[in-house]
Amino acid sequence: MFKKALLAAAVCGLISAPAFAADSVKIGFVTTLTTGAAVIGNDMKNAVDLAMEHIGSKMGDLDVEMIFEDDGFKPEIGKQKTDKLVKSDDVDFVAGFIWSHVLLASRKSALDAGKFLISSNAGPSQIAGKLCHENFFSTSWQNDQTPMAMGEVLNRNGVKNLYIMAPNYAAGKNMSAGVERTFNGTIVGKDLTKWGKDAQLDFSAELAKVKSSGAEALFVFYPGKAGGAFIKQYQQSGLSESTKLYTVFTVDAISLPKLQAGKLEGVLGSLATQFWSPDLDNAQNKKFVSSFKEKYGTYPSFYAAQSYDTVFLIKSAVEAVNGDLSNMNGMRAAMEKADYPSVRGPYSYGKNHFPIQNFYLREAVVDADGNWTTKIVDTIYENHQDTYVSECPL
Amino acid sequence: MDGALVVVQLLNGIQLGVLLFLVAAGLTLVFGIMDFVNLAHGALYMIGAFICASLTLALDSFLIAIALALPATFIVGYLIERVFICHLYHRDHLDQVLATFGLILVFDTLVHMLWGPAGISYPLPNWMNGQVNLFGFVDFPLYRLLIIFSGITVAIGLYFVIVRTKTGMLIRAGASNRTMISALGVNINQLFRYVFATGAMLAGFAGMIIAPITEASIGMGSDVLLIAFVVIIIGGIGSIRGALIASLIVGLIDTMGRSFLDDLMKLVVSNQAAETSAPALSAMLVYILMAAILFFRPQGLFPPKTR
Repeated sequence: MFKKALLAAAVCGLISAPAFAADSVKIGFVTTLTTGAAVIGNDMKNAVDLAMEHIGSKMGDLDVEMIFEDDGFKPEIGKQKTDKLVKSDDVDFVAGFIWSHVLLASRKSALDAGKFLISSNAGPSQIAGKLCHENFFSTSWQNDQTPMAMGEVLNRNGVKNLYIMAPNYAAGKNMSAGVERTFNGTIVGKDLTKWGKDAQLDFSAELAKVKSSGAEALFVFYPGKAGGAFIKQYQQSGLSESTKLYTVFTVDAISLPKLQAGKLEGVLGSLATQFWSPDLDNAQNKKFVSSFKEKYGTYPSFYAAQSYDTVFLIKSAVEAVNGDLSNMNGMRAAMEKADYPSVRGPYSYGKNHFPIQNFYLREAVVDADGNWTTKIVDTIYENHQDTYVSECPL
Repeated sequence: MDGALVVVQLLNGIQLGVLLFLVAAGLTLVFGIMDFVNLAHGALYMIGAFICASLTLALDSFLIAIALALPATFIVGYLIERVFICHLYHRDHLDQVLATFGLILVFDTLVHMLWGPAGISYPLPNWMNGQVNLFGFVDFPLYRLLIIFSGITVAIGLYFVIVRTKTGMLIRAGASNRTMISALGVNINQLFRYVFATGAMLAGFAGMIIAPITEASIGMGSDVLLIAFVVIIIGGIGSIRGALIASLIVGLIDTMGRSFLDDLMKLVVSNQAAETSAPALSAMLVYILMAAILFFRPQGLFPPKTR
């Protein structure tokens, strides 16, 4: 009798389970939590934790379960972790991804399983173009956009010849392609350096080449720990007298505190382009930056800003369908509107689901409390869309 | 390609070479004398950098920090030998590799816990930050020149100790035939303990002097360890002279490859292909050299005289 009842209950459970809406939203967040790049991953995790605190771990009536996974800075590990998230945890959203090559390796696992994939940082050209997908969204940018804005800055500043340095991987090539697309002068030299877990951190040979090329300006992209190392060597090489430094994703809230501790004042005044800055004037950003500083004692980086936005983007989707997570079309339509308070201010999505947004020129400055941060000095592009969207078949 | 650039790149190559030598010297002695594969050697490079970073920031003096961090890494090396390594000599290479790989993970995590994941960047004294004019036509960063000088000083010192002193004679004897030297009544274990600690200190020293350029970070040891193994294989395991020459060869090949390979490749392939494949190829050059050495002269260029 008892056995029978149990069986009946089990059968009932099996049949009725899909009929009820799930009682929690599961989000998998893949980032780098080990190796030197963990400093970026931790900043993103901090921002997600803060966002969860601000929404009370609730999206509509549903509880939110956030599962963090470490990609170890390696595409193959990122893919394994994504597989684990969609297969064994059965998450509803896969988010995160710092690195373009990790995202490229992992995208199929998430999208083939019918999950939403949200990039909180990486924006490789392939995913904006030929590989675009209806269930992919970005809360960051397409890789080429930020350096394209920088090319525009170089033109406005009358730079005639430029040297380019970037790491030799998907994003490094996109960054270099971006600046080359908009810069009108001549490129006198270009070096792509070894990247990955055993990335090249000593740039003596490349800096010597820059010097002998006689370039007026040097454009670099060195995210994470390589950024600090690069700035130091740039200063030690004495290049700053002849060659002005322009960066993307290199001088940020990750590298500046370390450069400040190391008293490397050469970085102050250097220019970078970005879609966001801690001093951007809107209510959501003010709340984000001040509570982040209060909780963690440092300025949030742009990685943190994008991760914070990721949580609010997902929240807008879940609330639009009243917690019915099986309604993929409804959630997609909601996210396409980008109808949530973003820390960058209002923006819209292109058909490849990359943001159409402003790009600003930021300068490294000392704030009122003596901390080093960045400040917006100019708007370079308004509502800028990436160039690969035309290749997207959606 | 102008003359000044070639000279600067030669100096950069030598600077990388002497740095590799500091790491490879300890590794080759440990491998050569005790036939012990120490993957954890790179961890000491990292520990040296982190200790020096903390001391520099606390004392506000890079030179005093180095003076204190050197004995500190010596002690760390001594303790590691005493606590872990001395139990592993009788085991086979696989056990040694596994155990010392475990040590790498332990040290990486320990550093993560003590210093955080971010790594530490520390300033040089102002007078070291400048440029010097060499031979009247090239400017070279003074600090990199100091690295070359200190590396060469260490190399000369080691050469003197090993070739001219009794301790050095015992070390060389140990590298040639360990059983014979202990049969002659020399306490090879005691000797080895100091060799190990000295090797640790030299690796630590390399870490201390490179960190102001690249910053102290987790995993920096593993990066350098791989290339240090290449150096000792090319140079001949157990040979200090081989380690020095191989270090310089590897340093020069790596730097020259990074400097001029893409320009050379542009002569034969398209610009874009050259730009993306040159860095990969120049990173491979030293391994290609190692493969060639292993094929034509497996004992290395300057193997210690044995048997």
